[in-house]
Amino acid sequence: MSTESSAQASEAKAAYDARWQRILDCISLKQPDRMPVALYSTFWLAKYGGITHKQLMYDYETTKAIAERAVLEFDPDVISTLLLTVASGRCLEAIGFKQLQWPGHGVGENQPFQYLDREYMKADEYDEFLFDPTGFYLHTYLPRVAEAFEGFAELPHFAGLYYFGLVAGIRRFTRPAIRESFERIVKAAEESNRFIGHHVQFQARMASLGYPCTNGTTGVAPYDFIADYFRGATGMMKDIFRNKDKLLQLLDKVTILLLRHLIPNAKASGNPIVFIPVHWAPDAFMSAKHFETFWWPSFRKLMLALIDAGLVPMPLWESDCTKRLEVIKDVPVGKCIYWFERTDMVKAFEVLGDVVALRGNLSPSLLTTGTPKEVDAAVKHLVDHVWKPGGKLILDAAFGLPDETPVANVRAMFAAARKYAG
Amino acid sequence: MNDTTEREQQLVDWLADMNEDDALSLARQMLLEDEKDPLRVMELCRMAMDIVGKRFEEGEYFLPELVLAGEMLESIGAIAKPLIKQVPGEVAKKLGRVLIGTVHGDLHDIGKNIVSFMLDINGFDVKDIGIDVPVKTFIQEIKDYQPDVVALSGFLTLAFESMKETIASFEHEDMRGKFKIMIGGGQIDETVRAYTGADAYGRNAVEAVNLCKNWLGAAA
Repeated sequence: MSTESSAQASEAKAAYDARWQRILDCISLKQPDRMPVALYSTFWLAKYGGITHKQLMYDYETTKAIAERAVLEFDPDVISTLLLTVASGRCLEAIGFKQLQWPGHGVGENQPFQYLDREYMKADEYDEFLFDPTGFYLHTYLPRVAEAFEGFAELPHFAGLYYFGLVAGIRRFTRPAIRESFERIVKAAEESNRFIGHHVQFQARMASLGYPCTNGTTGVAPYDFIADYFRGATGMMKDIFRNKDKLLQLLDKVTILLLRHLIPNAKASGNPIVFIPVHWAPDAFMSAKHFETFWWPSFRKLMLALIDAGLVPMPLWESDCTKRLEVIKDVPVGKCIYWFERTDMVKAFEVLGDVVALRGNLSPSLLTTGTPKEVDAAVKHLVDHVWKPGGKLILDAAFGLPDETPVANVRAMFAAARKYAG
Repeated sequence: MNDTTEREQQLVDWLADMNEDDALSLARQMLLEDEKDPLRVMELCRMAMDIVGKRFEEGEYFLPELVLAGEMLESIGAIAKPLIKQVPGEVAKKLGRVLIGTVHGDLHDIGKNIVSFMLDINGFDVKDIGIDVPVKTFIQEIKDYQPDVVALSGFLTLAFESMKETIASFEHEDMRGKFKIMIGGGQIDETVRAYTGADAYGRNAVEAVNLCKNWLGAAA
């Protein structure tokens, strides 16, 4: 390494450390030297780079180049997993993913991917999932959600594979559907290796330029896991009444199952922050009684286990969770980042300011339809009412930058953060 | 309510209290064993839904209760409707017509479906034209259906532009003044209402019902 490049590397390392320290300070409720600002984007990068959503999902190199350009222009304190969040098109195609529609697969080339809310597990399948989760995944769930796994519906029942039952039982593996599944899964896994390879390489490149990533891995709340990916929204709402006991049992069980992969994955990533988008907690979605019975206990258990493992939960409380603030306050002090989407951040600061760091929350309607001047005023409002009174705020948009945000408004957001809060 | 018998009141209470098993069993008994007038049973369901709507507005009930109430009514309706003897010329008076759909580019339908259901059980004729609805489909459906209210739904931020475009097309077609427009969905607020040119936005299904009732002169 030349002296010049060595100096650059050393400068970038110092910048990285300073930026990361701001985040660590916020988490431990110490005042950082300035208010950190995050760059979180999904399809907004397509607008910024002048390419289609489809290109963003399929062209690893172009997406990395655009993401790097955005990072260098806005000079944020932390970035999201900019490539990982969007560039999954080739993998989704290889695996025959059925739960999303994405550009070229159900939606147009300039539209974001969208989740298909369906019953991927039927109401009468609780017992099967509870008794044998892995068997349920192999024979039933995976074939329902991904074409590559469809042959698995014909797999033998593994409990029968013992002694000479093992010898005779494996004949099923010669079935064409099962063979085809294995071949397709291997191809999909190879694409996944390429995808994750690009992600790792991009994150390393960002680190070398001095930019830490906001999170190492992404988790899910147990209730949301069952509601979103198994029972579907309305199925889950009916289960609150019709399958209450089984739902509670499954929430207990999946909390353990989720932690089994979440903790090792987070540790392997080298980044302690676990991002957890929260879908079903908002005030409007269930009563306080239902929230405290079905939603909160398993999520709190999950967060405490992550904290015990030395990790930092960062739930993104979607929509408006103002009525939940007193309940979700019940976590250890200085161990979490609470990111709010539409909850009044000033109110959140009043209730939670001495317990957790805060993140957010410039409104999507403001960012997409407002003027740079209005964005400036909204940042100033958060600085004056949250940051300056002592809130450990990481400035961000409500759920990252909306895809349609004019670039001028993003410039206004970053400029205002520096202007009003260092 | 004064004319309601004890058994009828029991059905109303069980439905309103989300006691699905007992409510369905009693409704089935009334319809199939007691041969009670199916229109009366449906009227009891509507009374129960008034209570559910009130509890929703008061912050006691939320989406799960609306969804379960919808399921209970659907189950009772499936038994009652074939038993209803149509009297020629007698059509139940409706409060007005609402055309509802999710704007183009957006595939979300949970909120839209709940709004449709709540409007329906509150006495509106509702035509739901689905998700990802192109502008030209809205125009054609409006010409055919002649709604009093057009409801545009959208969950994603891309819906802001789609709603604006859809409403602008009503102006171009010279039909903007012929009906009211309400919008709703996850990110919708007053800023979006002003941006799109809609007449109003609703934060939930009950607000949507009340908007329609106010516009059409019915007691909210």
